[in-house]
Amino acid sequence: MSNKTLTRRGVLKSGVGIGAGVALPTIFTASSASAFTNEPTGSSVTLGFNVPQTGPYADEGADELRAYELAVEHLNGGGDGGMLGTFSSKVLDGTGIMGKKVQYVSGDTQTKSDAARASAKSMIEKDGAIMITGGSSSGVAVAVQGLCQEAGVIFMAGLTHSNDTTGKDKKANGFRHFFNAYMSGAALAPVLEKLYGNDRRAYHLTADYTWGWTQQESIAAATEALGWETVENVLTPLAQTDFSSYIAPVLNAGADVLVLNHYGGNMVNSLTNAVQFGLREKQVNGKNFEIVVPLYSELMAKGAGANIKGIVGSQNWDWKLENERGDKYAGSNAFVKSFGEKYGFPPSQAAQTCYAQTLLYADAVQRAGSFNPCAVAEAMEDFEFDGLGNGPTTYRGADHQCFKDVLVVRGAENPSDEYNLVEIVEVTPVEQVTYAPDHPMFAGGALGSCNAGA
Amino acid sequence: MFGLDKKDLTLLLVVALLTLLAPFILNPFPTGSGLAQFNAGYPDLMQRFVIFGIFAIGFNILFGLTGYLSFGHAAFLGVGSYSAVWMFKLLSMNIIPAIVLSVIIAGLFALVIGYVSLRRSGIYFSILTLAFAQMSFALAYSVLTPITNGETGLQLTLDDPRILGASATADGSIPVTNLFGLEMRSAVNMALGPWNFTFSAGYYVCAVVMLLAFYLAIRIFRSPFGMMLRAIKSNQNRLNYTGLNSRPYTLAAFVISGMYAGLAGGLMASMDPLAGAERMQWTASGEVVLMTILGGAGTLIGPVLGAGMIKYFENIFSKINDNVLHGWFAWMPDGIEDLTVTLIHPFIGKGWHLTLGILFMLVVIFLPGGLVEGGQRIMRLFRRRKATEDDQTKAKQPAE
Repeated sequence: MSNKTLTRRGVLKSGVGIGAGVALPTIFTASSASAFTNEPTGSSVTLGFNVPQTGPYADEGADELRAYELAVEHLNGGGDGGMLGTFSSKVLDGTGIMGKKVQYVSGDTQTKSDAARASAKSMIEKDGAIMITGGSSSGVAVAVQGLCQEAGVIFMAGLTHSNDTTGKDKKANGFRHFFNAYMSGAALAPVLEKLYGNDRRAYHLTADYTWGWTQQESIAAATEALGWETVENVLTPLAQTDFSSYIAPVLNAGADVLVLNHYGGNMVNSLTNAVQFGLREKQVNGKNFEIVVPLYSELMAKGAGANIKGIVGSQNWDWKLENERGDKYAGSNAFVKSFGEKYGFPPSQAAQTCYAQTLLYADAVQRAGSFNPCAVAEAMEDFEFDGLGNGPTTYRGADHQCFKDVLVVRGAENPSDEYNLVEIVEVTPVEQVTYAPDHPMFAGGALGSCNAGA
Repeated sequence: MFGLDKKDLTLLLVVALLTLLAPFILNPFPTGSGLAQFNAGYPDLMQRFVIFGIFAIGFNILFGLTGYLSFGHAAFLGVGSYSAVWMFKLLSMNIIPAIVLSVIIAGLFALVIGYVSLRRSGIYFSILTLAFAQMSFALAYSVLTPITNGETGLQLTLDDPRILGASATADGSIPVTNLFGLEMRSAVNMALGPWNFTFSAGYYVCAVVMLLAFYLAIRIFRSPFGMMLRAIKSNQNRLNYTGLNSRPYTLAAFVISGMYAGLAGGLMASMDPLAGAERMQWTASGEVVLMTILGGAGTLIGPVLGAGMIKYFENIFSKINDNVLHGWFAWMPDGIEDLTVTLIHPFIGKGWHLTLGILFMLVVIFLPGGLVEGGQRIMRLFRRRKATEDDQTKAKQPAE
């Protein structure tokens, strides 16, 4: 039995219902179609700083974050301006980027590809980050670079030294300021020859991921060209904390040089183990046993303490560079000053590369006049600059790799304080570490085309 | 309807409603407000909610029904991810073949591991599964590097063959995962006043798969097979003495639950085509145990809630840094502000594990039945009549 009586209440109810239904679409204002992912529309722009806060590279991550915070402060006109004053490009004026105030979000990569991608994704999808930067592991850098390419934002690599980042796994949206394993090999080889001669047997311990593999390959190639022999290469897991079992077989193999292709906490532990085993006092084949750590940093030197004395390696930058090697490396002192004033100690090379990357991105946006990743990438490609602490530098367009001088360093024998643990042995000029974009160690990948997303 | 009784149907409909409206429910705060920090309605996290929900539902079929505690379930998730990524590399970017393969491969893996592990029960079974998972992790991490790409993780490249698709798109980039042309990455934004809601294709694909998985789990729970599994949990010896061989039942439960994990892994790779070895690490296996216990082991909805809870903490609490805290407490006098921030500091950012640990302890101590028990207690407060019913169902359970 149906009841068709119209009541006043019923009419009112359905009237309101229909009215609301009709009005509903008008409040669904679909967000305006933007030209690219996370186009900044308000008065601010958000950058995503994705660094390891836990895991073997946590120390580097903490220093990177400090540098990013400093860079944001300087871009927004705070502090003393740091390297903005020495940077050869003068378009940045302390009013943010293109007049928009710079804000940032930070995340923890945990030095795991999965976690790093999840963190970067949430920055892009939730916080609207227009650029992602950071990372202290090449595995993570390669993974996040791939993600940024897919999502259509710029990735400014932080600490990543693997050849693959701008080689096999290079991407159009990714840029690297830091040097790479090939450059380390090219810079180290002449110094190693001078110090240890042409007749050496090297034993490699290598972190088992993209960085370790390419560094081992590069160092082995460079030293074999000198006439050295590579006795063996043993891969060690990144999560390893005790290397005793890997050190023990070194002497039995008849090697007289141990190459530690380790970084961060890994290197501190493996070097400490090696020294505890008395390797450095040993005589093999009538020669002193030597240890080489191809990629070095002040933070690692600090962690390794006295064990680092006399050990040779390479660096991208050192805070003493301008003091010792003159004005060519202008910017170093300005950066050290503002970093030191804010945090009370000199910055590491990780901090410098991250600071420089942030400034380079801001500068490219400003010069391109747009946040569009494709425009930014175009502005960055083949950009020549100076005054960021590394001397004259080129961002090569063919593989998005920076080319600049490389430092060969050695653990100081009698450090005056904990900030002078590393001494600069030589600065290898950029010509000596330059290679062709299609060099076999970098072959097998393609930049693809830039992706602006949306 | 669907062969379910009224209570289960209501549950299924509630879950369906919650998942389909998740973009609204998870974004309760306007975008510009300070509380937007707590919004979880962005595609990546929503996908994680439902994918780990599937993982936990599957785990619960084994742990909740048979009582066998597997500490190596992440291995199946990892295997599923690797299979799916290989499918994207070799065959096509359509997610259907990838997901099908990942379920099959994970099922085969579970068959082999289960056949060996299930010869023991209790703690020995847990240790065996843990050992297998760690072996798989070590294999993926270093030994099988050509297949898994080790620490770097398996990724798509421009020169993959992709027989049924293109190696590269016309503009020279890697094609994206899709479902017959519907790109998993595509999303529609809807601005509603100050709110902003994102509807992602990938999320809805995951949500539909999750609902199917959930429905299947209900059917398994209510089937004679499910009853047999419960019998194993309540007293396996007694069951064996009746002359019944319980091994095939436990093995079937193990394989089904492994296939669920494989499905979750395949979906994960479909949303983001990368597979890393750390997905198989023992911490990942432990995580699903936590999810299930936190939500309520042996209940239907519990594992999904637990998965959501843990993923929320992992992704939202870990993003709160001192900067954000200073923003919140800026209204306080300087000294007190700094003190408050210092006090809260260990519990946020990288300290999210600590917060989660405390929460887990509280749940286990005060709500042994997990979040579901918490919900039931609240319900009971409001509806005394329901309470008596629950007591009756309790009384019906067999005595130990």
